[in-house]
Amino acid sequence: MNAVIDNLPSYLQGFGLTLSLFAIAGAGALVLGTLVAAMRISPVPGLSGAAAVYTEALRNTPLTLVLFFCAIILPYLGATLPYFAAASIGLTLYTSPFVAEALRSGVNGVPIGQAEAARSLGMGFGQSLTLVIFPQAFRTVIPPLVNVLVALAKNTSVAGGFFVAELFTVGKKLANANGDNIIPILLGVAFFYLVITIPLGVLSARLEKRWVVRR
Amino acid sequence: MSSSVLFDAPGPKSRRRSRTLSIVTLVVVAAVVVWVVLTLAAPRVSSGITLPGSFDPTRWDIFADPRVWRGIGLGVLATLQAAALAAVLALAIGIGFSTLRTSVHAWVRVPTTVVLEFFRGMPVLLLMLFILLASSFGSFWAVVLALGLYNGAIIGEILRAGLASLPLGQREAGLSLGLTRLQAKTFIEFPQAFRQMLPVIVAQLVVLLKDTSLGFIVGYNELIRTTMNQMASFYGNRYLLSLFLVTLVIYLAINLSLSAFARRLARRRGGAVRPGFLAKLGNRA
Repeated sequence: MNAVIDNLPSYLQGFGLTLSLFAIAGAGALVLGTLVAAMRISPVPGLSGAAAVYTEALRNTPLTLVLFFCAIILPYLGATLPYFAAASIGLTLYTSPFVAEALRSGVNGVPIGQAEAARSLGMGFGQSLTLVIFPQAFRTVIPPLVNVLVALAKNTSVAGGFFVAELFTVGKKLANANGDNIIPILLGVAFFYLVITIPLGVLSARLEKRWVVRR
Repeated sequence: MSSSVLFDAPGPKSRRRSRTLSIVTLVVVAAVVVWVVLTLAAPRVSSGITLPGSFDPTRWDIFADPRVWRGIGLGVLATLQAAALAAVLALAIGIGFSTLRTSVHAWVRVPTTVVLEFFRGMPVLLLMLFILLASSFGSFWAVVLALGLYNGAIIGEILRAGLASLPLGQREAGLSLGLTRLQAKTFIEFPQAFRQMLPVIVAQLVVLLKDTSLGFIVGYNELIRTTMNQMASFYGNRYLLSLFLVTLVIYLAINLSLSAFARRLARRRGGAVRPGFLAKLGNRA
């Protein structure tokens, strides 16, 4: 326990870096994912095809490989990127297809009758989308989106393997320095991750319970 | 919901617009690809030495050597081995977790929930490091046990959701036939919950397979570590990109075929589960 308290400053430093990775990659993935989802549900075959290839390719590549590309291959090819930026880009790219799929399945989850009803009332594409489909899709989308963010928070630890001194790296260093206190040190690291993931998980479960649509 | 309900059948004008947009997208994508390929193919001067372009035969010649392919094969085998063992472990742990988590006794249910949330809420990588440092099992078992525990917790929650989605009458019918609660769960509820959730479980196993690549960081010689670490340092960094591309293709081939299998399962059993619900469970990165 003492080992954890003594090293609190390094923990907090690592936690800060983890949080900023989480915030930057989370925001980036939400923007990029929304764009990809919009392309994917659009009626233009070129757009939806490109979005589908992007989604499938990135979703089936391990995060380690994506980060390896951003942190090691890109600099080798001549791009000068600080490791933090490389990790942010990698995490954004890796998370965006999951965001896109969550959004798309939310729209697909709205029963077709809703769209038919809106259209038969004479609403146009924009009207039926903004007034009928999106308000219902929003409720089914938020809980899975929060789950994607929880996964992202945990995935930031992989950046620790690629020269970003975030929480996982701090834990590894501290564990090496305090060989007799490995378990408390690592439980301390776990605690900081749980501080992010458990509240988000509770939030997602609560929103889902409140917004569940009985059909 | 297919989006075609949302708009009228396109007339000549919007069909033309759609076609233009399609062509523009394809041209932009093609331009980016061509630019990347040309940039990679151009020879590069780095600290006074001129490196040949990335598609120069001298940067691919190691793939003519059968020993390289043997090494890659061993890497793939190591990845699949860890994934298979971890998958079996995860399924067993998941069944155990969901049984305990749905127990009628609060003194079983509550501690299980705490343990489950602990495993679910922390990064797998941290769990691997934990097992690696706190035990003497070595990196293979660190990868397998960590993946088994973490995915076991997730599969436990998936099965619990499957149990919850069954009609109450199933369980009641079992109890009224004189089965004990555990018997009713094992023989009546679990088989149905398992079938119901099979697509989601397979999707989770794809995630598990991808996560074996974390062995790269904790020192287990799986595919990425074999190619990107050992081979790249043995044959030299000039092969880094070629090795990366080969590794990427292998991963995509394995994962896409597993994903296709999961999708086929989902289609065959389609309609049994609420779509939003499937999406929620299927979206764990």
